Parts: sequence; C-alpha cells; structure tokens
Amino acid sequence: MNDTLAGWLQITVLIAALALTYRPLGDYMARILTATRHLAVEKGLYRLGGVDAEADQQWGAYLRSVLAFSAVSVLFLYGFQRLQNHLLLSLGFAPVKPDQAFNTAASFVTNTNWQSYSGEVTMGHLVQMAGLAVQNFVSAAVGIAVVAALIRGFTRRRTDRVGNFWVDLTRIVVRLLVPMAFVFAIVLVAMGAVQNFHGIHEIGTLVGDKQSLTGGPVASQEAIKELGTNGGGFYNANAAHPFENPNGISNILEIYLLLVISFSLPRTFGKMVGDHRQGYAILAVMGLIWAASVALITVNELHSVSSTAGHSAGGMLEGKEQRFGIWASALFAASTTLTSTGAVNSFHDSFSPGGGGMTIFNMMLGEIAPGGTGSGLYGILILAVIAVFVAGLMVGRTPEYLGKKLGAREMKFASLYILATPAIVLIGTGAAMSLKGERAAMLNSGPHGFSEVLYAFTSAANNNGSAFAGIGVNTHWYNTALGLAMLFGRFLPMIFVLALAGSLARQQPVPVTAGTLPTHRPQFVGLLTGVIVIVVGLTYFPALALGPLAEGLH
Amino acid sequence: MASYLPPAVRRHLSALRMLLVLTVITGVLYPLAVTGVAQAAFHHQANGSVVTQNGMSVGSSLLGQSFDLPKKNPNNPDEAARPDPKFFQPRPSAGSYDPLASGASNLGPNSPDLVKAIDDRRAAVAAFDGVSPEDVPADALTASGSGLDPDISTAYAYEQVDRVAAARGLSPRQVHTLVADHVHGRDLGFLGEPRVNVLDLNRALNALSG
Repeated sequence: MNDTLAGWLQITVLIAALALTYRPLGDYMARILTATRHLAVEKGLYRLGGVDAEADQQWGAYLRSVLAFSAVSVLFLYGFQRLQNHLLLSLGFAPVKPDQAFNTAASFVTNTNWQSYSGEVTMGHLVQMAGLAVQNFVSAAVGIAVVAALIRGFTRRRTDRVGNFWVDLTRIVVRLLVPMAFVFAIVLVAMGAVQNFHGIHEIGTLVGDKQSLTGGPVASQEAIKELGTNGGGFYNANAAHPFENPNGISNILEIYLLLVISFSLPRTFGKMVGDHRQGYAILAVMGLIWAASVALITVNELHSVSSTAGHSAGGMLEGKEQRFGIWASALFAASTTLTSTGAVNSFHDSFSPGGGGMTIFNMMLGEIAPGGTGSGLYGILILAVIAVFVAGLMVGRTPEYLGKKLGAREMKFASLYILATPAIVLIGTGAAMSLKGERAAMLNSGPHGFSEVLYAFTSAANNNGSAFAGIGVNTHWYNTALGLAMLFGRFLPMIFVLALAGSLARQQPVPVTAGTLPTHRPQFVGLLTGVIVIVVGLTYFPALALGPLAEGLH
Repeated sequence: MASYLPPAVRRHLSALRMLLVLTVITGVLYPLAVTGVAQAAFHHQANGSVVTQNGMSVGSSLLGQSFDLPKKNPNNPDEAARPDPKFFQPRPSAGSYDPLASGASNLGPNSPDLVKAIDDRRAAVAAFDGVSPEDVPADALTASGSGLDPDISTAYAYEQVDRVAAARGLSPRQVHTLVADHVHGRDLGFLGEPRVNVLDLNRALNALSG
C-alpha cells in the first residue's frame, strides 16, 4: 500500500471510530451528569470525603468548591514532590526543587501537563502514580464538571442552582474515567507499553555494552494521560518513547483516546438541552477546524514547506519516529494541540514553519476543536454566545441562545473569558522577550527562537502542555511565570464560565419566534467558525507575524 | 465536620478529604490493578520486551541501541563512537541511545546547526556504506523523536547491505534476503510506516554468520 492511501485510511478509520462512539458515549455522559441516584460506592466516598451529596449549589458555591479542590491539590502535589526522597519507590531521586515543584503542581492540577523536568530522572514511581496521575483523572473531571454546570445554566429556569461539584467530580471519575482508562491501559500493555515497579536497572546490549532501563507504572498513566487530555509523559520523550507508544496501533489508539471524550461531549450537550441538533452544530464546527488543521500540518510536513533542513535531508523526519512516519505524526500533532492534551509522538520544534505554526495557532484558538475534556466544550459554547451576539447586532435585536437572553451581564462574562487567555499569553511572551536572560534561553535564534517563547506561553495559558522544547525552561523565572500562566489560564476562564452559568440559570426562557436565530443550521456553523477564526486571528496576528510567519517567508 | 470552624476552612478540609479518597482510587488501586493484570497476562511486554540470548539480555526489542566498536580507551568520555561495520546501524539519536536521556534534538526546521548535521551525516554514511551521497535516505540523516527509535526504514536497511556483507564475508544476496525477511509492514496493513527492527536484524545476522 502506498503512503498516501495508508495515510488517508488511517484518518478515515479514526473518524469512523469517533463517529461510532459519539452517541453511546455522549448519552452515557449525559446520564452520569443527570442521574438522581448515587451508586453505593459513591455514597461511601461522599461519607469518607465528608461532603453533602444532596446539596444543589449556587454558582458561587460550585466555584468555591472547584477552587478549594484545586488549591488543595496544588499544595498536596507540591508537598509530595518536595518530600519524595522520604517516600516509597523514590528510586533515590532528590526532592524536586521548589520552583520546579510549583510549576509541575500547577501544571498537573490545571490539566496542562507542561513539564520542565525529565520524568525518567526526576520523579519517583509513587509521585508519578499517586500524585501526577491522580491529577490526570481529577483535572479532567473538573473540566467536565464545569461544563456540566454551564449546560445546566441553559437548561434550568428561575433557579440559582447549577449542580453539585462533588457529585459531578466523583461520578465522572468513578463511572467514566477509571473504567475506560483501565481497559485501555491493559490494551496498551498488550502492545508493549511497560507496567511494573522496577527502578533503573542495567541490561546488556548485543555488542556487549550496557543500557539503563527505567520501568514504572507507565501504561496506567499513558491511558489516562490521553483520555483526560492531560499529556504529561512518564518519560521525557513522551508518546514518542517506544515504552509509551510502541507501534502504529497504539498510536492511533492514543489519538482516539485523546479526542474521544471531547468529541462526544456535544452529544451530551444536545441531550441535556433536549435538542440533538444543537450538539451536531457544535460538533460540525469542531470537526471542520480539526480536519482543516490535520490537512494543513500534513501537507506542510509532507512537502517540507519552507524548511532548509527538510529539503536537505529529503524529508521532515527530524524529531519523528520511523514507525509513525509523517502522516501519523501530523495527525497526532494536530489532535494534541487542538485538545488540551499536549502529549507528543514527534517534536513540534523541528516541524516545518507552517506545520509548527499551525500547532501554535491550534492552541491559540483556545483548544475548542474539540478541546480539553469539558474545557473544549465550554470554550466553544462561549464562542457560540459571542457568535449569536454578533448576529444579533447585525439584525438589531436582543440575542438569545437556547432560549436564554444574552444581555449586558452575560456578554461581560463571555468577553472577559475571550480576553483572559490572550492577555496572559501576550503579556508573558512580551515579558520574556524583554528580559535578556530569558531571551538567551532560546536554543534557536531569530524568528524561530521567538516562536519557542510564544509557544511556551500559548501552551501554558491554554493548558496544553506541549512545547517547542528547544528552550531552557527549567529556570526560576520560566518555572514561576509559566506556572502562574497555567493557573490564571485555567481558573480565570472557569470563574467567568460559572458566573455565566449562574446568570443563565436565573432566567425564564423566552419563546422561539420567527426572529430567533436558529443555532442548529449550517448557517450558524459557518457563522461560528468565522467568528472563531477572526477573533483569534485578529488577537494573535502580530505575534504570529513575528514568529512562524516571518520564518515561513524567510 | 467540626461546625465551629469558619466555612472556608471547612470547605478546604473537605476538599482535602475528597482528594485523599480519590487518590486512593485513582493513584493506588487503579495502577495496582493494571499492574496485576499486566504482570499476569502480559509479563514480557509489561517488563520492557527484553530479548535474551543464551540466558543473557541483549536489549529490548522496543528500544534502539548503539552498535559501535569498543572504545580504544574506555575511560575517555570524549572519544567519538565508531560504528561497527559488521552491524546494521540505527538512526542518529539526540541522546546517544541512553534511555535515561530520551528526547529529540529540538532543532528548528531552518536551523543552520541542523542543516550542517544533516550534511555531515550524509557524507559520513555515504563513505561508511560505500554508496553515493544522494542514495542515503532521510531517516539515516535525522535524529528520531525519542532518541530510542528501534527501527530504520527499509531503504536505509537495504542501503547498508553491501557494507555489512563485505565486513562479514557474506554474499550481498544472503544479507539482502535476510533484510527482506525482517521487513515489518505497516501495522494492520495501514497504520504507521514499514520498518526494520535493527536489533532483530542484527541478531539474525549474528546467527547467520555464526
């Protein structure tokens, strides 16, 4: 079979698998989020945790629970890393330094999984599995919980209650993430991913040398790292490492896992608002953007567009694995940066200017196609609110979405959401570029060096976690600045989303009239896609012009 | 929960208890269960797919390794590695095939350093394998993502046949057939790329020439 046919087949099979999952998984998640009965095991957990599972929370209480849980998580993870030398399975590693421990704690709690450390020589097994991997589960669940609250804002009327955070969190972990991760972890082991508690040990090589292997609970972390759109690798090489991603089948499976929840959530949304067509419209926008991005990255990589190194080697294989090749690497790169995953099976820093630039642009879109678990859906719903508002301005009537009026208060929250992340990205990048030492941390010079810094802040503020890794980020400054970017980039938007949820829930829905903008037709799909591309394009164009665009035209 | 505590403190204590409860489930029970099943059902894979020969391990079939000549002075860390002509050679590695230094070069697509490295490798591989520089395939000139890529392209494997055959006193035809037998097609026929596992091929080569 030739390359092109195999490449297309690979993409087709992935889309087919996602399409087959859309309805069952989306419906299942809707049931989890709306069921009135608790499982016996959940009741036990609520009792142990000391939370009231019957309380229906106001948006403020919901938010305070999210923030309390996340704050405690950051402190716990920080302490865990600082004390790892006193714990079991530390492999003899020293405590993680304070700035790096803060950065890593913020990173995993915010579902970012930016890594300024190299896993195999920094973190003991216990920190990896009982610290980092736990956040892979719960940070993914927090995202889904928050979008559930937003959807309830649309579906409920004349109430100030948006759900119970503890119940949402627990159910998503217990009924969705743990069972799925368990099954896929075993499948990954069957293909060659490692799963043991060995420390670093030497084995012989064929010519009589020695090689040091590191074992660890890798497959269990790999499964949830993709499924929860986290992305933090057990090893430094992340999903390019053969022990994390051994062959072509594990590779397509990992891409499927990192997309599946976020691509199925529109179904959950449609089900909960009682109109599946609303879900399909959102899905269509996500699908369009994803497909365009996959196409652009693949073409740029296949033809080594504007890359001297690619032309000189006869192919863009720097930073790519032979078993994946260009097609499977481009597919992974597009999917990981359009979700908040940030796992990599190839290194984006060595991608062509167009391919690498697209990965940055994908994150700048706010990771909404399909985005992180939960965060992707609330991100695109905020943009849908903006799109409806823009359309309302054009025809001169008060905009409404799903029967809820979008007045001044609602638009304030939506606008703040849209402004928060770009502000963090551009201020952070600007600050780094104005400091001599931070500029010097770039491995590459000129526009590509600038792209590395822009990528770092875009990745952190959008909670992606992938990197143009040719930049020395394990410094006090970068660990602190990027740690703060991740925290603000995660929780500021969440505040605005939950505030919007509260304000929507309070309204009595207005009846649909002839003047209501239909939000389930192709017209709206086009409008929303246009709003997304224009809003993001205008926000980031100057920064992109200095980096990837300048490099591509070079 | 003690009701005399301020609500904010109670909330954070509750959050901590929930975190600990969920840690037990997702951070202890879950990985232990996966490990239990993995070790029982897939012992070989779960422990790193280590290949043994006469009771001695010779590497992991999933991790690349170097096939270099012994160092002239084993205590000199700066001595350049010399590839052993009797073995098929793997791709360049940013971490010299050290599993504790997995990762890529992270050099940009127009980096002068990368272009120079590619040119140098092209000249070196062409001279080593006795082929013309334009016949050296891209994977032989570029460092992999993991630095531990166990595979090379079929083109690079065939390109090394004559040199290996000459170094071992085998006929090129014999070695060519051996490579052909070790070509691993795309997974399920369409996933990823065709490839040759360098360790497997070199072991078969050792068996062939005794």
